[in-house]
Amino acid sequence: MSSQTRRDFLKTAGAIAAASCLPITTVELAFADTRKNFTFAHISDAHIQQIKGTEFVRNWDRGLIRAVAEANLLEPKPDFVVFGGDLAQLGKKSELDHGAEMLSKLNYKTHCVLGEHDYYLDLGEYWSKLFGDHYYSWDHKGVHFVVLNSILTYDDWTYERWPSAEQRMLEMAGLDNPNGSPFMVGSKQREWLAKDLKKVKKDTPVIVFSHSPIQKIYKGWNFWTEDAEEVQALLKPFDDVTVIYGHVHQIQYNQIGNISFNAVMATAWPWPYPESYAHADVNWPKMTVPMNRANPFFERDATGWQRIDLAGGRADLRYNLFDNTNRTVAYNHDTGRPEDKAFQKKADRVPPQTRY
Amino acid sequence: MRYKIAGIVIVAVALVVIVGRVAIRADEFTDEDLKRWEAEYMSVVETGRQLWGSGDLGTNGVACGQCHPNAADTHPETYPKFQQQLGRVVTLGEMFNWCLMNPLEGEPLALDDPRMVALLAYATYERRGVPLAPGSH
Repeated sequence: MSSQTRRDFLKTAGAIAAASCLPITTVELAFADTRKNFTFAHISDAHIQQIKGTEFVRNWDRGLIRAVAEANLLEPKPDFVVFGGDLAQLGKKSELDHGAEMLSKLNYKTHCVLGEHDYYLDLGEYWSKLFGDHYYSWDHKGVHFVVLNSILTYDDWTYERWPSAEQRMLEMAGLDNPNGSPFMVGSKQREWLAKDLKKVKKDTPVIVFSHSPIQKIYKGWNFWTEDAEEVQALLKPFDDVTVIYGHVHQIQYNQIGNISFNAVMATAWPWPYPESYAHADVNWPKMTVPMNRANPFFERDATGWQRIDLAGGRADLRYNLFDNTNRTVAYNHDTGRPEDKAFQKKADRVPPQTRY
Repeated sequence: MRYKIAGIVIVAVALVVIVGRVAIRADEFTDEDLKRWEAEYMSVVETGRQLWGSGDLGTNGVACGQCHPNAADTHPETYPKFQQQLGRVVTLGEMFNWCLMNPLEGEPLALDDPRMVALLAYATYERRGVPLAPGSH
């Protein structure tokens, strides 16, 4: 991969073009080599749940199986797949194994993110055996990708509070459990991230994958990362930053400064929007046009997976919704924020998008 | 017949007069009563909260709270309402039973089963303060 970025090249190419009056198309062809547009797939929140022995909740199994099958049919082929966390429901080896077997059917390299449902039984030990490090980074076609483990919490809660690992897992698994604890990236990982980003040029697009939103939406359901501002500060010096997160099981998008935020669907089940809990204190990203209210009689409604097109350093998310009209949320370079391609204007919205 | 009815009325009036002297009047209750009634209600809400997060209502370990944290998106204020998938106007309890039979792969509860009452009490309590909107979607 060339270290020369598109922006540098544009500057240089612009100077050359001005000097020699080369046609613009030549310039475009020239920088097509340094930064190719490409596609990857994102699947998240499968919540594979063991009943007993070899029995697993059929509904959740079907969601992941379908997402994997559909991702394998993508044309053009994605460069890789990201799995966004919560492969298991209660972090059990049996659940992680069963989920890993389904993911192994993907025809592409798969990068995995750790979710709280994968973590709080054995603190990610078995997950690591299957999928590797809890946080890491890589470069691909001129983009710097980072995976964070954003579902850590206070040491006291993790190590001191619960009589057994099973109970710790159960307490964190309940989304609305008042005994839960806020997610965080933590100082150790933030130091690693600062170091990792040091070698990245400021005009290199950065894409961060996390399980929880690296922004504060609603603490009660952990649509929240306690040290979000500290992580955002590390990402602030870069021109184009996108954070893609799971956990929330719904379409969300937001823009904070230079950072675009995009949530992805679950394959297992959808979640209500926090505002529909009458007693929640919510910082809602108002630009989000909600997904349609789920019709429970269609088992896969309001679940799905994403095809993500990287164009001009920003991510366009195409939501492949199993039982609903697909949605596309793409970065609008004019307004400088992600927008829904069909429903962004109030007048274009449909009744099922009204949430209450 | 007329004498019989008159007799019953006389007896009833006599009972009210006699018993009324030792019992509380119908329209009077105390702060203690209010506290006790609220505690009774909240204990059922608490039972409902426990059941909401329990994997034991159905057969596959799935709990109501997995899809409906804080009973959100259940909209108790809109019931009874026309549920197009069932083709008729139903109560919230009937929708709960649909969930028990489908995502939870279990058996429906009688609508006056204490567990059903507890689930309804909990979901409605989480929706307190929201204006009634019967039939709305």
